[in-house]
Amino acid sequence: MEMIMETETATTLNGFELVYKKPSTLTDTPFHYCPGCGHSVVHRLLMEVIEELGIQEQTVGVAPVGCSVFAYNYMNIDMQEAAHGRASAVATGIKRILPDKFVFSYQGDGDLAAIGTAETVHTVNRGENILMIFINNAIYGMTGGQMAPTTLLKQVTSTSPYGRNKEAMGYPLKITELLAQLPGAYYVSRQAVYNVNAVRKLKKAIEKSFAYQKLNRGTSFIEVVSNCPSGWKMTPVESNVWLEKNMFPQYPLGDIKTPKD
Amino acid sequence: MEQEKISKNEASQNGREARLMKGNEALAEAAIRAGIDAYFGYPITPQSEVLEYFTNEMPKRHGVVLQAESEVAAINMIYGAAGAGGRVMTSSSSPGVSLMQEGISYIASAQLPCLIVNVSRGGPGLGTIQPSQGDYFQAVKGGGHGDYHLAVLAPSSVQEMADFVFDAFRLAEKYRIPAMILADGALGQMMEKVILPEEGSLPKMQKPWATTGKPNSRERNIITSLFIEPEKMEMINLGLQEKYRQMQSEVRFEEFALDDADIALVAFGLSARICQKVVDLAREKGIKAGLLRPITLYPFPKDILSKLAEKVNFMLVVEMNAGQMIEDVALAANGKCPVYFKGRMGGMIPSPEEVLKELESLVEKQSVSQD
Repeated sequence: MEMIMETETATTLNGFELVYKKPSTLTDTPFHYCPGCGHSVVHRLLMEVIEELGIQEQTVGVAPVGCSVFAYNYMNIDMQEAAHGRASAVATGIKRILPDKFVFSYQGDGDLAAIGTAETVHTVNRGENILMIFINNAIYGMTGGQMAPTTLLKQVTSTSPYGRNKEAMGYPLKITELLAQLPGAYYVSRQAVYNVNAVRKLKKAIEKSFAYQKLNRGTSFIEVVSNCPSGWKMTPVESNVWLEKNMFPQYPLGDIKTPKD
Repeated sequence: MEQEKISKNEASQNGREARLMKGNEALAEAAIRAGIDAYFGYPITPQSEVLEYFTNEMPKRHGVVLQAESEVAAINMIYGAAGAGGRVMTSSSSPGVSLMQEGISYIASAQLPCLIVNVSRGGPGLGTIQPSQGDYFQAVKGGGHGDYHLAVLAPSSVQEMADFVFDAFRLAEKYRIPAMILADGALGQMMEKVILPEEGSLPKMQKPWATTGKPNSRERNIITSLFIEPEKMEMINLGLQEKYRQMQSEVRFEEFALDDADIALVAFGLSARICQKVVDLAREKGIKAGLLRPITLYPFPKDILSKLAEKVNFMLVVEMNAGQMIEDVALAANGKCPVYFKGRMGGMIPSPEEVLKELESLVEKQSVSQD
């Protein structure tokens, strides 16, 4: 342990060449996220892409209320914290003032698909030239595991203790498919971070969406189907098994809308 | 052709153009001349002309105009755009300003300069589209959650609808606070001669705190209203309160016929214009009345009112509401003289005659009690 600490910043580690490092676009603050949570992986991927594209100076991010409200503690870029549901409106304000900068929002399911539905739909409908990252873990994580708009039927949460029933609580909202219908949506994709392959695909999707933002042709929207071990009351491993079995049938992975030209 | 039409309507006054304009239009034109970078708004009577004016003018001149999907979205666009360093504003009327309160609280906490205009109307609820001053408490006492204030300016003419845009931005940017112009439907809709402020006469300030993209030369900038540790949150609050203390030097008011007055009317905005007439009518009848008009509703001119309370027999506060500013006037008077109230509500405007009647009956009561 001591050995690793001492040589952490060197280009070699225990005699091996160090090829995997923390991107400079992440701060030294340790993530506060629960063990196994997908947030830290998505944070890292996003910051890796920003580092690799060399756009740290040209990027402004927005993180609203939710587990990721502290994203600015980790992302070493200019950031704004937003009110619950309002990230895409805040991002719109930034982008309209700084049209040449890259702007992204990073929102959870309760934020983007419940309290912020109007802002979400209209931001995409205007085709704001921003990237919206939507973390869907089918639960309100920060407030302790309540039912989200994307909670699956029969899924047990602290506010659907007998399971979500469609008669009283409606259906899981597939907002990503809904948004893909809008002409303002330029690129819409659903990805995940539950295994290495998925992580690589998500990174590609993020890279593409930054490239698209330069074209000024509309909104890029990436849903990340993620887990919430604490909210789901599971171990990280159990949560990934449950995710594959239950979440993917409802929220299938892959591109939903890609640019035609 | 259009250009010609405008120049015919313009009359030169001290080298500056005078125009006949609606209050809402004068406000919007002044904002463009103040060099705003963006306006975000949503239609609502009686201020939709502001949004319409911008959508008409901005494409021809400079700046961004965006009709948002709601007042909630509009105020959050203001948050983002102000945080990105823009000089930005929104406007609405009472129900719409209620919708903005969450965002205004966030803006106050994140310490972002911006301008919010309330061309207010009668309430509560959907109420009426007629003019009212029923939003005084909301504007002056905070409005949203938490301990904060806006700088609040109350115009009483179309001229001031234009001028106060500049003053509001000066205050907002000097103190990094949201500023509000609290007007009413009558001031928004009525037409008067206005001499517009000169374009470009409001210098832009450096905003090193803005999120414009982090260069290597500085730490990242963060715009936030989240300070989870209570010790930190209290420090932020102490900082805000210190700002509000410093702002006391920005108090503005107007005195009318107060030199020899033994009765003081106190009114803001449209009510103050009505009260000027009341003063004239009262003096014709031998009643020595004067008027004190608070121009800044926050900071409130409490010192001058406190002094005035020592001098006059009583004060009569006139408002287009159920009695809101009177609480601040009574606090300032602190029992040194009686403070009475005359108001109309729900979009009704008091006539000078009915205020005069109230004044006369108070004078009579007073002389009876003195006998």
